[in-house]
Amino acid sequence: MFEFFDVYLLEAVISGILLGGVLALIALGLNLIFGVIDVVWICYAELIMIGMYGLYYFYSVYGLPMWIAAPACIALVAVLGLLLHYIVIQPLLDAAPINQLLATGGVLFFLQSFATVAFGIDFRNLGIRLPVLAIGEMHFSFARLLAFLAALAGMVVIYLFMTRTYIGTAIRAISQDRQIMVLMGVDTKRLYLVTSALGGALAGLAACLLVLQYDVHPFVGLSFGPITFLIVVLGGLGNFIGGFVAAFVFAEIISLGGLYSDLEWGYVLAFAFFILMMFARPQGLLARRS
Amino acid sequence: MLKLDAVAAGYGTFQALFGTTLDVNAGEAVGVIGPNGAGKTTLMRVISGMIRPWSGAISMEGVDVLAEAPHRIIELGIAHVPENRRLFPRLTVEGNLRMGAFTPSARAKFAHRLEFVFDLFPRMKERRNQLAGTLSGGEQQMCAIGRALMSDPKLLLLDEPSAGLAPVVVQQVFELVQRIRSGGLTVLIVEQNVQQVLRVVDRAYLLEAGNIRASGASAELLASDTIKQAYLGV
Repeated sequence: MFEFFDVYLLEAVISGILLGGVLALIALGLNLIFGVIDVVWICYAELIMIGMYGLYYFYSVYGLPMWIAAPACIALVAVLGLLLHYIVIQPLLDAAPINQLLATGGVLFFLQSFATVAFGIDFRNLGIRLPVLAIGEMHFSFARLLAFLAALAGMVVIYLFMTRTYIGTAIRAISQDRQIMVLMGVDTKRLYLVTSALGGALAGLAACLLVLQYDVHPFVGLSFGPITFLIVVLGGLGNFIGGFVAAFVFAEIISLGGLYSDLEWGYVLAFAFFILMMFARPQGLLARRS
Repeated sequence: MLKLDAVAAGYGTFQALFGTTLDVNAGEAVGVIGPNGAGKTTLMRVISGMIRPWSGAISMEGVDVLAEAPHRIIELGIAHVPENRRLFPRLTVEGNLRMGAFTPSARAKFAHRLEFVFDLFPRMKERRNQLAGTLSGGEQQMCAIGRALMSDPKLLLLDEPSAGLAPVVVQQVFELVQRIRSGGLTVLIVEQNVQQVLRVVDRAYLLEAGNIRASGASAELLASDTIKQAYLGV
């Protein structure tokens, strides 16, 4: 049986785990927004794209040191999240879900077009070449390892926030009973704004981690946006743990699928898996029985 | 303490309350009895801000309740234990109690209030890390009352605390209400369980089809023929 267990397979499995960390971070941001506000930010990947440009400009163009540029990028996308809620979502809170979906879809195209006009269609990168880590015959880029660790740290911070603070507890409570939040003295409008900023900050962190590994261009959101939506749906919309698990499941499918041909095939397999799962478990991987 | 003046309220085009006027004095326990669909729950909801009345006035210790944002009504000292308890099922008992102490003034005395609630309900202390959705009916009622008490209210609104509970547990819930009010808390309680509730309150209002039909001291109401025939089945 050991002929299957070769070093390439192990490398692919570990690469999958590294990829899963960042996907889980993005899925967490989407789930947070959906769980609290009951709205899906279809344009989430495009917020990340703007954040990637943000870090590119702060670091490469304006020459800020990374320890200022990265927090500034996170803050920038947090503010974008706030504005998105305030300008687009808040007026549509009582509208039909399809209208909310169309509105955030509109923001997606707006951000893509805006980026095309403002930044051009050239591929840009930070110009940082981090070393490659060699363990035996396996090779891992240091950037991916760093991204994985930072994503994990981000998720731990969110976990502590959600379990240790009043606002975090309210964020978990509101998806369980929206109407009685008023009896607890919770100002739901304010809670929505805090959550939007938090969702934006997570997109900002993801942007910092992705732009370490990939070039940024106005349509870069398309390369990870769809897969994160599948992850969130498969994990059960609004289910944090489900999203976390599904992120690693998808990352492994992509990574292992890519092992046998190229990475694009990994994506094909991942989408096929999703369609199959929608027949088998349309309520999501870890759906609660209601 | 609490005064309602000609409060009309409803949902959409459906009117549930037709000019309800009632008052609750500090230290009293007052009951609102009446059949299903009389508007009892709506009455509780307009007081705590879950819904806004169409017309009329509500004041708490002289403060205009309707001038406050709904989420700030709890700061006036009004805590509402809603119908069917409405706990957060996937939060722990302690998480639910923490939500009850969400307001800044309540957070400041969280430890103190938690101790108070755990003294009142030792069972809640044992179950503090258990998910609220896994509690028994009686325990859920304790948790819901405990959650409301976390804000250190002056007035406790109880909506059908005995609903859906086994008879033995109903007995315990009413004993509990007795204990809470002996601690000096003012209580407004809505119940279909007329016989039981009239034993723990000082006086009561009879609400029928959104109108107050009768009111008086508990003993009077227990003796009155209309109540006897319609609600006590004697």
